[in-house]
Amino acid sequence: MAASSASEYIKHHLGNLTYGQLPAGYERTCHGHDQTLNDATWTFACNAQEASDMGFAAFHVDSLAWSGGLGILMCFLFWLMARKASAGTPSGMLNFVEMIIEFIDTQVRDSFHGKSKLIAPLSLVIFCWVFLMNLMDLIPVDWVPLTFQWIMTTFFGWSAHEAYFRIVPTTDPNITMSMSICVFFLLVFYSIKVKGVGGFMAELSFKPFEAKGALGKIILLPINLVLEVLALLAKPVSLGLRLFGNMYAGEFVFILVAAMMGTWQAVAAWPWAVFHILVITLQAFIFMVLTIVYLSMAVEEH
Amino acid sequence: MNINATLIGQAIWFALFVFFCMKFVWPPISRALDERKQKIAEGLSAADRAERDLELAQEKASANLKDAKDKASEIIEQANRRANQIVEEAKDQARTEGERLIAKAQSEIDQEINRAREELRKEVSALALSGAEKVLAREVNRDSHKQLLDELAAQL
Repeated sequence: MAASSASEYIKHHLGNLTYGQLPAGYERTCHGHDQTLNDATWTFACNAQEASDMGFAAFHVDSLAWSGGLGILMCFLFWLMARKASAGTPSGMLNFVEMIIEFIDTQVRDSFHGKSKLIAPLSLVIFCWVFLMNLMDLIPVDWVPLTFQWIMTTFFGWSAHEAYFRIVPTTDPNITMSMSICVFFLLVFYSIKVKGVGGFMAELSFKPFEAKGALGKIILLPINLVLEVLALLAKPVSLGLRLFGNMYAGEFVFILVAAMMGTWQAVAAWPWAVFHILVITLQAFIFMVLTIVYLSMAVEEH
Repeated sequence: MNINATLIGQAIWFALFVFFCMKFVWPPISRALDERKQKIAEGLSAADRAERDLELAQEKASANLKDAKDKASEIIEQANRRANQIVEEAKDQARTEGERLIAKAQSEIDQEINRAREELRKEVSALALSGAEKVLAREVNRDSHKQLLDELAAQL
């Protein structure tokens, strides 16, 4: 494979199927013909430039569809098992689900000492959902995108290079950052709920450098505020970017292997896939544990 | 790598799934797990109790057995003693009865002997008398020798 086409291949694999609003007067070449948009239009982006020109008013349809689909599948399975759950002898799938729930319950009980009806199911969803999304990484990189490409070119008249499709939602920073921002809001909510607005502000203002007198406190306040706010903001950023970075790197290796070896990718991708199983599980677990830890830090008095 | 409204879409998914699991998945399953835990604990304590009960029952059973054995041996001993007693009594009775019968027979025999002797004596004396009368009829005067003859008859 020539270098330029390899780089095209990789870029194409890293682009999302984007549905968004293009501004009025936008000139584009799409589906084989040029056009100038009269009004602001909601449409699928035909290339990476268009996707970035859409700005914030755009959705990654593939990421949202896969994450939503996997989440619905997960919830459906859990719901089936929850209906079957009884104090009697569990069997088959229910056994497995109970094992997961017991495992997560243990994790939550170990680190979270407050009382909350939300945190355990939240951890369950995070662990299982992130795991499932990560798991998509093990599907050979070309199978689903090529199928999608075939459908779009055959039935909808798209050009092959316009059909972007990624099936691993966690390699999309939007997805991971969205989840970590949700966790961040929960963290702030719980902090304020337990300590009050004053307590929360005090925690940001009078630590880590403490002073006895009022004057000392005021002098140290700016430094404390900067440090603590940074530390607070670093939590969701690191949480989201850690997952994204790991999965993106893993995906990138698969794509590189596929770009270099073509049909023979299975030989080289297989060892990486085996190793990647560990990463997939570990990252899902880390995301969950850190969520629990952050929330327990939020509800604990220092 | 654009940051866009996908953030919001994913947040909606996230909230939906967490809400769903919080309402319909976690409570029934964790309730079932708790119930099972309780059931198992109850089962274990029941097993403990049953084991204790079994031990008690076994102790009671062995005590009962021992009692029964003691009683049985006592009864047997009593029966033996009674049997011996009965045998002794029967022996005594038999002996006394035998002695009585022997004594009775003896006295009857004695009586018979006496009677026979008496009769014999009478007959012999009569015979002797008649013999002597015949021998002495000619020479002996009955009256003069009467005393002698009576003496003889008394001696016989």
